[in-house]
Amino acid sequence: MIEILAEPWQHVFMQRAFTVAMLASVVCAVVGSFVVLRGMAFIGDAVAHAVFPGVAVGYVLGANLAIGGAIAGVVTALTISVVSQNRRLKEDAVIGVFFAFAFGLGIVLISTQGTYTGDLASFLFGQILGLSDGDVITVAVVGAVLIAATLLLRKELVTVSLDRETAAASGLPVFWLDTALYVMVTLAIVISLQAVGNILVLALLITPAAAARMLTERLGVMMLLAAGIGVACAVTGLYVSYYYNLASGGLIVLALTAVFAGCWLAAPRYGLLGRRRQRARPLAAT
Amino acid sequence: MTAALRVESLRVRLGERLALDGVDLTVGAGEMVGLIGPNGAGKTTLLRAVLGLLPVESGQVLIGGEPVARSRRMIGYVPQRHEFAWDFPVTVAGAVLTGRTRAIGWLRRPRSADREAVDEALARAGLTDLRDRPVGQLSGGQRQRVLVARALASRPAVLLLDEPFTGVDVPTQELLTDLVARPRADGTALLMTTHDLPAAAATCDRLCLLNQRVVAEGPTAELRDPAVWLRAFGVTSSDQLLTVLGVPK
Repeated sequence: MIEILAEPWQHVFMQRAFTVAMLASVVCAVVGSFVVLRGMAFIGDAVAHAVFPGVAVGYVLGANLAIGGAIAGVVTALTISVVSQNRRLKEDAVIGVFFAFAFGLGIVLISTQGTYTGDLASFLFGQILGLSDGDVITVAVVGAVLIAATLLLRKELVTVSLDRETAAASGLPVFWLDTALYVMVTLAIVISLQAVGNILVLALLITPAAAARMLTERLGVMMLLAAGIGVACAVTGLYVSYYYNLASGGLIVLALTAVFAGCWLAAPRYGLLGRRRQRARPLAAT
Repeated sequence: MTAALRVESLRVRLGERLALDGVDLTVGAGEMVGLIGPNGAGKTTLLRAVLGLLPVESGQVLIGGEPVARSRRMIGYVPQRHEFAWDFPVTVAGAVLTGRTRAIGWLRRPRSADREAVDEALARAGLTDLRDRPVGQLSGGQRQRVLVARALASRPAVLLLDEPFTGVDVPTQELLTDLVARPRADGTALLMTTHDLPAAAATCDRLCLLNQRVVAEGPTAELRDPAVWLRAFGVTSSDQLLTVLGVPK
């Protein structure tokens, strides 16, 4: 058993894969908790797609892909944040417009290159087995900054999440706090792209936090549980991928979804079964 | 009596529409004023303008003699219940503590003074026993008390309440009235919008009838002229309204 667990770690590429997958899971879980609680999942989706043209530009110019992606994602997040201040348009319509545009732009840019399909695939589905030491360091540094920022702004983010009007009335810069959260989501997505790819990154952001929400009524506990779920599923996905030669990104998402389904069904208080049990003895709740 | 809140010739435009046209209003320390008017009269707009959430075309809002931009921390706000995200994982005490986020300041943790203010607000709202309860598990009346406690936690000089009596039962209404009695006795100025005219008449020192402008204003007992009410509410056959208010026809 120990041999089975230890064997993948003998390879440097697997060590890097484990490290990046676990770091990305923790960062996504912490930032993703706010995404889930504020009903921002669609924004996460938009930013994930919006990163694409930046990565494409980086690729075409031969520059750093992550930096290109971060710039494009942040620009899109800011644009959505500004345009959605116009209350005539609902936020989801604005988001729909921008992320389709960004993805279209990215496809056109990538198609100007000869090796179109191969690069597109690595971007869409991740390239976790092909990471460099530089990638690992980038993920670690950016991830540490994001977690620190979330914890330092936690009090303000909670205040705004609970009640925007009253937060604004008290003098908190609500627009800038929203923008900060969008930028943090963007960066969390960019550093996680290599682990699971563009299409599946949303699962890393949303699913652990959504599963954790079923288990607790405390934000801090929710973040810790989400991080634990994310790390466990990322590691599980990588082991299965290693031994059965299956796509690691997809396996991580399947593991996450299985945990979510388990929580949704069996969470003590809020799961389907738990709710049914409470309904059977309604007086016990009060 | 010192004017804790003074609104001077306030004019606010919402899009094309002039929502408030030259509104003058003062609320003294320890006074409770009810803001009455039909839907669309500008009651909530007035509160939002006082809070600095809306651009003001002309006129000004003074809190303790200072422009509102410099004295925001002296205002407490109790929004309508649906403004608050009750599904957020936070306890009663945690929700009340967010009333002090601005006072605590960026990058800082709550100090003992903040905790004391929260404990005091919880005690006043009768929520001490529920302090560790997630807000999602509270009843409607308890939620209303959480919003009041959150506003009280910042120890405001002026407390604005938006429709606090809407959708709560009579015992909760009485509890809310008791709840603001203490800060009122300590000199907090209260301004409350409401549709509930009998409750307003029973609890407020003064009423202000608003319909784009102040139609009438005065101690509840003095607003006996039916014409004033007819003008504020734009009604012709007003028997029921006047009967409810006890205004002689």
